[in-house]
Amino acid sequence: MNWLNQIIQGVLLGGYYAILASGLALLFGVMRIINLAHGDLAILGAFLALVLTDHGVDIWVSLAVVLPVMAAGGVLLYRVILERSLRSGMLVPLLSTFGLAIVIENLLFEKFGADQRSFFSQIGTLGYSSWQIGSQITIGKLDVIILCTAIGVLGGLQLFLSRTSLGRAMRATAEDPDTAELVGINSRSVYALATALALATAALAGVFLGMRQTFDPYAGQAQLIFAFEAVVIGGMTLWGTLVGGIVLGVAQTIGNQMVAEGWIKDVWGGAGAGDVVFLVVLAARLIYGALEERGGIQTVLGRA
Amino acid sequence: MTLLAVDGVDARHGLLQAVRDVSLEVAEGETLALVGANGAGKTTLLRTIAGAHRPAAGRILFDGRDITSSPAHKRVRAGITLVPEGRRLFANLTVEENLTLAGRAGRSGPWTVDKVVETFPMLEALRRRRAGRLSGGEQQATAIGRALMTNPRVLLLDEVSLGLAPVAVEGVYNSLRSLIERGTTILLVEQDLSRALSVASRVACMLEGRIVLEGAAAEMTRDQVVEAYFGLARGRRNGGPA
Repeated sequence: MNWLNQIIQGVLLGGYYAILASGLALLFGVMRIINLAHGDLAILGAFLALVLTDHGVDIWVSLAVVLPVMAAGGVLLYRVILERSLRSGMLVPLLSTFGLAIVIENLLFEKFGADQRSFFSQIGTLGYSSWQIGSQITIGKLDVIILCTAIGVLGGLQLFLSRTSLGRAMRATAEDPDTAELVGINSRSVYALATALALATAALAGVFLGMRQTFDPYAGQAQLIFAFEAVVIGGMTLWGTLVGGIVLGVAQTIGNQMVAEGWIKDVWGGAGAGDVVFLVVLAARLIYGALEERGGIQTVLGRA
Repeated sequence: MTLLAVDGVDARHGLLQAVRDVSLEVAEGETLALVGANGAGKTTLLRTIAGAHRPAAGRILFDGRDITSSPAHKRVRAGITLVPEGRRLFANLTVEENLTLAGRAGRSGPWTVDKVVETFPMLEALRRRRAGRLSGGEQQATAIGRALMTNPRVLLLDEVSLGLAPVAVEGVYNSLRSLIERGTTILLVEQDLSRALSVASRVACMLEGRIVLEGAAAEMTRDQVVEAYFGLARGRRNGGPA
């Protein structure tokens, strides 16, 4: 039962990772940019919410300000940094977003100090209330809300991409930006919109992180790694981020349980188990890709 | 009346100069065929007119307005649409999505998805199929249809018959003829000389980035064009082999 409980906790945790990873996957899918500042942008969103709650705004209400502000910041980020970087090849966006990550971390440290922050006190009983199934299984209400939000965010993005004309323009631009321009699509505004969506979802994830745990100015790096792992495990697609998030979440909770049982040494705790799964999936993908390039596994085995 | 004017345009790919000091005019309702060997600069010239390639020098005027610095999507809105070489459909989108996408981003006018399907009846059964799974001829029909959805005032067609089965080429050219009859202004790049001469009202021949021959299609003999096409006249003039 303990193990089952851990798996359920992992699935619930996957919802948070899916929200965190969706923006990273979107930017990669549409613009082929790996945004190394994604985790720090999530934390920036959390600090924005913190400023508002410090002024007495309800945390849920603060989202109505934080998400649009971060989306507007996304447009700015595209116009000021990403657009110029993209023009200079594949590596430059990597460097410029890495630089941005460091700038955000240090500005946040400058302004807010190194204290651990949390929205735990802002959400009343939601922080600890749960449904109890039997004696072993506990399902936190906040975790369920986050998982449902993740499904809502991914479903919303999916509907946007498949059903709206702007969404179709985004898919077309992702596939071939030059030709998109030739049928009248302004690829710059499509890219700006994609960045806006990515930052809004990142900020949402940051606020949820603050509700379920704590955050500080340097918490972004770990979040970036989790998001990146979820995206790679899930295979770079939209719903893949939910699958990847859940796989990562389950790996981490099982890892924690294995440490608790004394089966493995606690080196990095559950995160280490997540890293192992990520590396295994990554290796499998690389090997599979290399095999496909040589004509599939049958051909390669036949040749040997 | 001149609808499109290219004025002293140079276009480069890095150090390679693909288009050298080209000037030409296309009148409203006219069909101009641009012919020439591989590497003569036809595709680059077309892409420069469409805004997909920045010219190094010269101006492009559309309806009397200088559009040299406006991006491709703005030119589509003004009424210039290119059917690019190799069709370049959005493979992950359905035929209908490819069409509606262009309709949304372009100008208002007579073209709708239904009208395109009426013009290219083979698309009727394929509306929901992904563009990546079409045959070459079907893809070309979709690509032309997609361009028409923007309701262009001038349609730029780059090698629409390349890589198609003869019967598909016939189909594409039949629909082109009906477009021309409706008064669509067309600038057409074609390697097949007789095809080009059969639909065009005027022909311009490019050689090594320059226009070396230009005139009414009816007044031009095949031999004249062939000579310009391969640069034979120049070769003789310089005392080279004929």
